[in-house]
Amino acid sequence: MSELMSDRQIDRSKMQVSDEVAIEINGMNKWYGSFHVLRDINLTVNQGERIVIAGPSGSGKSTLIRCLNALEEHQQGKIVVDGTELSNDLKNIDKIRSEVGMVFQHFNLFPHLTILENCTLAPIWVRKTPKKEAEERAMHFLEKVKIPEQANKYPGMLSGGQQQRVAIARSLCMMPRIMLFDEPTSALDPEMIKEVLDTMIELAEEGMTMLCVTHEMGFARQVANRVIFMDAGQIVEQNEPEEFFNNPKSDRTKLFLSQILGH
Amino acid sequence: MTDQTTNSIAFVADGTIPPSPPPAGETGPIKWLRENLFSNAVNSVLTILALLAIYMILARILPWVLNGVWTTSSLAECREVLQGKVGACFSVLTERWNQLLYGFKYPVDQYWRPNLALVLLLVAIAPVLFFDLPRKLLAFTAVYPFLAFWLIWGGTILAPIVALLGFAAGAFVFQTYGKSSFAIGFFGAIAAAFAVWIIGGALIPEGASDNAMLQAVPSRDLGGFMLNLMLGVTCVSLSLPLGIALALGRQSDMPLIKWICVIFIEFVRGVPLITLLFVASVMLAYFFPPESTVDLFLRVVIMITMFSAAYIAEVIRGGLAALPKGQYEAADSLGLDYPQAMRLIILPQALKISIPGIVNVAVGLFKDTTLVSVISMFDLVGMIRGPILASTEWNGVYWELLGFAALLFFVVCYGISQYSQWLERRLATDHR
Ligand SMILES: Nc1ncnc2c1ncn2[C@@H]1O[C@H](COP(=O)(O)OP(=O)(O)OP(=O)(O)O)[C@@H](O)[C@H]1O
Ligand SMILES: [Mg+2]
Repeated sequence: MSELMSDRQIDRSKMQVSDEVAIEINGMNKWYGSFHVLRDINLTVNQGERIVIAGPSGSGKSTLIRCLNALEEHQQGKIVVDGTELSNDLKNIDKIRSEVGMVFQHFNLFPHLTILENCTLAPIWVRKTPKKEAEERAMHFLEKVKIPEQANKYPGMLSGGQQQRVAIARSLCMMPRIMLFDEPTSALDPEMIKEVLDTMIELAEEGMTMLCVTHEMGFARQVANRVIFMDAGQIVEQNEPEEFFNNPKSDRTKLFLSQILGH
Repeated sequence: MTDQTTNSIAFVADGTIPPSPPPAGETGPIKWLRENLFSNAVNSVLTILALLAIYMILARILPWVLNGVWTTSSLAECREVLQGKVGACFSVLTERWNQLLYGFKYPVDQYWRPNLALVLLLVAIAPVLFFDLPRKLLAFTAVYPFLAFWLIWGGTILAPIVALLGFAAGAFVFQTYGKSSFAIGFFGAIAAAFAVWIIGGALIPEGASDNAMLQAVPSRDLGGFMLNLMLGVTCVSLSLPLGIALALGRQSDMPLIKWICVIFIEFVRGVPLITLLFVASVMLAYFFPPESTVDLFLRVVIMITMFSAAYIAEVIRGGLAALPKGQYEAADSLGLDYPQAMRLIILPQALKISIPGIVNVAVGLFKDTTLVSVISMFDLVGMIRGPILASTEWNGVYWELLGFAALLFFVVCYGISQYSQWLERRLATDHR
């Protein structure tokens, strides 16, 4: 699993973490009914950071990053994204959502629209970009994810890996400052995993702030500047990837790593 | 190659096998017959029985139709001409043609008006049904209801113009204010429209309809198949948007809106249409101010629209429920607001899933328009049951008249169903 990208040299020149804070989470708690899913989450993410969130199934990874663009609402604590606090105010939520791109495990492309329309829809309707400009930008990003020739097809005609790359391009067309990934490769076959990870590496090389829930530990080692380990709704350990993998501190992390890497 | 099973399990193909034509006898009509109609004993017996049944039905119907009499002026004359032979008396259709189509009170010299309205209807719905046509044609579609109203009812042209202006004012207000706040735009639009209607209505002079360009025809003079078509087209086009609104309202997070929609849908679905029509004909007057005489046609339209909107809402709710949650999340995560997400992402897909169900309701609604005959409106069936069968000349010609009614309805409903199948094929883009 971890050897998937060993053939690729990563250009770290632009991967720079600035002092500017992109996301700040303070004492955040969330319940589903009486079930306490997220417990006292504190996390600061600077502009340009590439963070991988790992942890066993059901530990609340998806819930955490879904709180960051208000797909789930939190009940306690404070979340500030790109200088805007997440509150019940719909204006703030819409503003944050247009600054934060999200890529889902199951792609969630719009099946009734062509690839190009998928990519231009939000810029045209949310950002009020003129149609022509939106299309040019969409083609630019489709070229970047290496599928410009599919622009006029419908999502159902594409392979899973291609669909996921379209989903990434669709998010990029909104010119987000932060990208969230929720297990972007979990629904894909091995060959397709590589093409999607390559796309994500390129994004990282351009200095995008990324929060990525993934089981691809190779990606975490090579690209992340910080790995966060969650269990039972709380952040158990976070560290630089080198330290995290070679010298885990907590027992739960050790157990998790031995399960995921140990065969 | 043959020794692959005996010697070892390892096997490597030593070339590609070229394609060859199918064996003889595997194509052609004889094969089709053998495979589909006479494949075994049971199948053969069923085929023969079916052919026999078809023969017996045709043997009865064909002579009846082919011997039909078309030119007499009463049933008695038909019998004279036929002299005991089997034969239909189609003369009733030719003699009462106008009554069947327009009712018996619409002024004969004004028949061109509904005819023209029907032709223009085809022009107006074309861009709605076939979205490859230029979008500019929709402008005519928007004006058509007012034009058709003026053509069919006649009277002063000021009334439809005021109605049109009211809608235009509403649309303008919504365009201007709806962008910043949907609620302000929506309610502002309603207020603006009502303001125009009330002021404009008061400005129309008394008796403006007396010497109008088109002679005024009151609603009670409408009838025949024209009435069925008018009710069908009006109610289908009104109940679709209302049904969508109800379906979305039923999903709403706001409890008040949600409960209003649920109660409306459950109540209307739980009541037979006939009782709603009786309410329309006798009781609805209580709900309107006592001096206002709300037109019977309008009351019936309200009732049928409510009835079918409730059904359409449930069909669309099924479509909405069938969409994966991810579609809502993707729309949200891109920053689309609720109206945008609904209009651009959710409804196009939900409506597509709902097409067969909506068409089902539309076809049922169109046929149900014949129920207005029980509240003494003279639609096609009302004309047949009332003035025509009750007349001394045509008392007793049931088969010909009702068969004709069935044929007219069948043609329209079959057309609707064919259209919906074309639409489904046309929209099949996701290849899942
Ligand atoms: N809508 C919901 N209602 C109630 N409980 C939920 C809901 N969504 C998730 N949960 C629960 O919250 C917990 C965390 O879920 P979450 O999806 O965040 O886990 P995860 O870490 O992403 O797991 P996975 O690796 O399987 O995706 C799980 O125990 C799950 O059962
Ligand atoms: Mg998850």
